[in-house]
Amino acid sequence: MSREAILGAIRRSLGRGAVPRDLAIGLQARLHAHPRHLIPARSRLPRPQQVALFLRNVEKEFGTVARVPAAAAVPAAIAGYLAAQNLPSSFVMAPHPELRAIPWPASPLLRIREGRAAPTDLVSVQHGYAAVAETGTLMLPGTPDRPTTLNLLADTAIVVLRASRIRGALEDAWDLLRAEWRDDRTGGFMPRNVMLVTGPSRSADIEFTLELGAHGPRRLHVVLIDDDPPAVE
Amino acid sequence: MRATSTAFKENATQALADARLQKALVFTRPAFPTRRAAAVAQLPEFEQLRDIARDIKDHTLANLDFYLESWADKVERSGGQVHWCSTPDDARAAVLAICQRVGARTVTKGKSMISEELAINEHLEQHGITPVETDLGEYILQLRKEPPSHIIAPAFHLNREDWEQSFRASHTDLPPDRVFADRRDLLAEARAELRARFLAADVGITGANFLIAETGSSVIVTNEGNGDLTQTLPRVHIVLASLEKVVPTLEDACTLLRLLARSASGQDMSVYTTFSTGTRRPGELDGPDEYHVVLIDNGRSNMLGSPFQPMLRCIRCAACLNHCPVYFTVGGHSYGWVYPGPMGAVLTPSLIGVDQAGHLPNASTFCGKCESVCPVKIPLPDLMRHWREREFERHLPSLTTRAGLGVWGWFARRPMAYRLLTRAAAWGLARLGRRRGRLSSLPLAGGWTGGRDLPAPEGDTFFARYARARRAGPI
Repeated sequence: MSREAILGAIRRSLGRGAVPRDLAIGLQARLHAHPRHLIPARSRLPRPQQVALFLRNVEKEFGTVARVPAAAAVPAAIAGYLAAQNLPSSFVMAPHPELRAIPWPASPLLRIREGRAAPTDLVSVQHGYAAVAETGTLMLPGTPDRPTTLNLLADTAIVVLRASRIRGALEDAWDLLRAEWRDDRTGGFMPRNVMLVTGPSRSADIEFTLELGAHGPRRLHVVLIDDDPPAVE
Repeated sequence: MRATSTAFKENATQALADARLQKALVFTRPAFPTRRAAAVAQLPEFEQLRDIARDIKDHTLANLDFYLESWADKVERSGGQVHWCSTPDDARAAVLAICQRVGARTVTKGKSMISEELAINEHLEQHGITPVETDLGEYILQLRKEPPSHIIAPAFHLNREDWEQSFRASHTDLPPDRVFADRRDLLAEARAELRARFLAADVGITGANFLIAETGSSVIVTNEGNGDLTQTLPRVHIVLASLEKVVPTLEDACTLLRLLARSASGQDMSVYTTFSTGTRRPGELDGPDEYHVVLIDNGRSNMLGSPFQPMLRCIRCAACLNHCPVYFTVGGHSYGWVYPGPMGAVLTPSLIGVDQAGHLPNASTFCGKCESVCPVKIPLPDLMRHWREREFERHLPSLTTRAGLGVWGWFARRPMAYRLLTRAAAWGLARLGRRRGRLSSLPLAGGWTGGRDLPAPEGDTFFARYARARRAGPI
């Protein structure tokens, strides 16, 4: 069988048989403990600066940001953004409880469909699970209430994120997922899909010159809800 | 892909005479190192991270069987299937069997160098299945029937006119008099063309930047989002990955990711870094019903335990290509197989044989830049020297080369004669190049001066200067 053939070839080249039991226990322990390596100091900041670093990095990567004081202000922020960009006021939205709890009727002109993105959708609104200040990255796990297509198909991707979910380093965001998510199939913490998104889609394949909007969204807009008092200066 | 590495010299000669290629090379050459340097300057821990990354990869390779088994168990638990393939034939058969079983007509593809190694597109076409490359660079190369010339910027050897020309020739349903005012128009046209292909595809094939043993995930890193559409929309997702892509944990991947984009394109992080783990879960609105990983050896297991094992640390960032004076003189196609530049010069002989690719490790000035920028500190010049020795032992170099090496060896073993000769040469060349400080032609060195000038020596040998400095005082 190929599996045995390949493992056998590896072992022959390494000049040993299967990994001895005591070593295997050590390796298993390393997997279990998943030790961290050196984490760059850049994101080890007091809370307000950490949030500011996240926002700065989103903008550095050609994303845009609107900061709102509470979830109730999200509909007006999105309506305002869409109007300013000359976009229609309809969008497809993740069927996520936190998004459903937003008082949408406050902006009666918004037309909302819940579900996965269709190729015709121009605007999508996704729920931001967590974010990484170090690089301005959004962590978007693909779960039943957070369809992956919302990150990809629409021309304009809007992500609603709570400031309390911003972490310093990528490892910190994984720790959130490790602590909070259970996958029924594997019993582990890893959902089927996790997208780490840093800015809108782009390509430099034509003459090594950057252009936005390759296959994914041309625009990435983060609506940040300030739910974290220590994060506000 | 059929190798033409044996024709490296002829390929290189052609490349030097190719004005369009030279234009693209000159245009792009400064951008890569500048961008990397700017990103590295922003991360004071970069050098320490390189050491850690090297150690992570070394640890993984020393226990590769253990980590592959751990990873495969997790893949299966998440509803995926692992196909263990020793040879490219096995891998092609595995991919085709999946495509045929699900009745696939078109297959979208994310960018993958291992798929070039397998020549999977040709294989699918021969069996009536249409592969569609979706990375913008790979897409135009597929239209032009050209191989990639770079491992992360596959079509950078093309100029804007080439893109326009190919799009007009291929997208014949669009108005022939349409105007491409700038690069954005080209991008928009490709986006529209490919959108329909994404939606129609039955199977999506991607590569993998990493496999995670801890979770059974495959990871792809892209800027365009094409890889994500490829693995999200079709019913079946096939991942092509070689053995050495596995790393133990997400934390290990975090460290490597901090190095990958900075080394490759000078970004802190690529736009999309996506972790895929098995098939669509109950209640999910997106994701494939089938998730397969075709795991490929193709010569890697032989490199373990050999002097070439460090090459398996490679994370395919292309920093070594981007900083290589030889690569930027002859371009990627000259190397004649999938992997060009310094990493290709080491990897290609390992995978297709030194008899096929012996020229590649010789196409280096040993300036050492590649090793100095490698994020996982692969000693590339050292490994190229190993290949040169093996090539020499097997009597593969030409008689002229062997004779030349013999002459050099005679002098090298006789220090007095060596110093006399070099003193005479340095003096003579300095006089010859006195006026301009460089020499544009030299007897017996036409191969060198054909492509560039030789800086004229200052008249003194290294030994003479060293001796003088010693006399002047302690160094």
